[in-house]
Amino acid sequence: MTTAPIEGGVRRNRVAAFFGRHPVGMILAAPYAVYIAVVFAYPLGFSLWISFQDYFFAAPGAIVDHPFVGFDNYTAVLSDPAVRQAFGNILVFLVINVPLTTALALLLAVALNRVVHARTFLRVAFYVPYVTASVAVVGVWLFLFNSDGLVNTVLGPLAPDPSWLVNEGLAMPVIAVFVTWKQLGFFILLYLAALQNVPKELYESASVDGAGAWSKFWSVTVPAVRPATALVVILSLITGANLFTEPYLLTGGGGPSGASTSPVLLMYQRGIQQGEPDFAAALGVLLVIGVLIVAFVNWRFIERRD
Amino acid sequence: MARWPTVVRYAVLFAGALLFLFPFYYMLIGSLQSEPDTSVGGAFPTSGLTLGNYADINSRVDLLGSLVNSGIFTGGVLLCTVVFGVLAGYALARLQFRGRGTLFVIVLLVQVIPFQLLLVPLYVLIVRGYGLADSYLGMILPFAINTTAVFVFRQFFLQLPDDLFAAARLDGAGELRILRSVALPLVRPALLTAVLLTFIGPWNEFLWPFLITKDADMQPLAVSLANYISNVASRAANPFGAILAGACVLAAPAVALFIAFQRHFTSTDLGSGVKG
Repeated sequence: MTTAPIEGGVRRNRVAAFFGRHPVGMILAAPYAVYIAVVFAYPLGFSLWISFQDYFFAAPGAIVDHPFVGFDNYTAVLSDPAVRQAFGNILVFLVINVPLTTALALLLAVALNRVVHARTFLRVAFYVPYVTASVAVVGVWLFLFNSDGLVNTVLGPLAPDPSWLVNEGLAMPVIAVFVTWKQLGFFILLYLAALQNVPKELYESASVDGAGAWSKFWSVTVPAVRPATALVVILSLITGANLFTEPYLLTGGGGPSGASTSPVLLMYQRGIQQGEPDFAAALGVLLVIGVLIVAFVNWRFIERRD
Repeated sequence: MARWPTVVRYAVLFAGALLFLFPFYYMLIGSLQSEPDTSVGGAFPTSGLTLGNYADINSRVDLLGSLVNSGIFTGGVLLCTVVFGVLAGYALARLQFRGRGTLFVIVLLVQVIPFQLLLVPLYVLIVRGYGLADSYLGMILPFAINTTAVFVFRQFFLQLPDDLFAAARLDGAGELRILRSVALPLVRPALLTAVLLTFIGPWNEFLWPFLITKDADMQPLAVSLANYISNVASRAANPFGAILAGACVLAAPAVALFIAFQRHFTSTDLGSGVKG
């Protein structure tokens, strides 16, 4: 702590009391604050406003009124069978994706953490899907999981019929596995960071107690990386809730018969393609409320166990 | 510990790594085959490789133009994030001013709210309101300052010793000067990591540029390739060959940058951001 300079001290103190000790910070942070207000806060409010109006796209310059319709859009969203199907699809996605991501990321991070040889090669291999554009890797998955693709060629008579991406029961699981593969590198990175902070003594005292590798993993590693697990679960939930590119391209717009439609794909189709932004805005609000509730429950659950 | 768990660990890791890399290998092979060959042997061709698919995709999608669009979009985001993000991160970490606490809470909140909630209002505002459809500005605006990067910059500046800043201020240096000649040089390696992570976002982004660019001349490569996949692929002689050739062109810059800088892409650099 430095003391305020003596000269002009009183005035300086009064300024400091209001603006803080470094008012220049307000100027440095201003562009970001303005950006958040324009691109984040205002659209957020606007989204809520649209969701309570009968809102439609009008010709440029035309002045139309958007009557307040209360919860009509929300009722329309909740009673729409396509919305229920999309939320069901996301549930299937999350049930496969979240546990698979968490378990594989932690196991691979623990294994990678103790690797001495070929570190660079192994790291690059696991991270590279994460840095590559979804659109690019979707291209090759389409090729692999096509009805006469390599996967079915290898499976031969075991190949599912109808094939993976056009099979109502398999389209969403394939997307869930795709996203797990695509994002895993990032989550491995998070776990590797967390593993650096696990005190070595914990492992040593577990060894003294005669614990094997597996029991050390359960009794030392898993509890020690719990905050990272909370982060991994929340981030993979958010990724899942935001699913768009994969159902749009991999299953040709959420097919077959809507079995892989995601809420965000539905927002695009209804809000922008079919010109019902009010419906899409209400759907977006409900989606985010859902994500926040699940994230909060997850956070409380992990907090309580601490 | 016994020797065999180590062997098992390496075996599992290498098997996993090959499984992770195989789609990339197959992407490259598929892009070089004149006829799609989905037999097992087709994955290991010995002859008949051609660059014809690259010429094919280039005649349907303006590859160079799309790459330039991707570059401008990504470059704009990086520039804004590095300039304004570093300023905000520095202010949040090192300066006491009114509203700092509120701003930091906002930084945390913005990271939790998914972009998709803003999809409809941003589309209405940017495309219908400001008329920024088919423009670079419209593409860049929603991503201009990456909030995660602001958070990571703050963590980097927070870790520097207090004495450094106190000494520089005693010498009468202004905050901008302290930032430029004291703080920035010390966090340069970490900064590079943050820039690499920021690069991935706009380069790979599909949904937003897809929504606002209808003019093919303005589309980044991810968008023009996706449109090719969903619309015109059925008309090409070897649609998969052309798609995979486009996919290689889209993937190559990000993968090459990542491999070149992979030693900066480490858990310790990122960890300082994650630990909070």
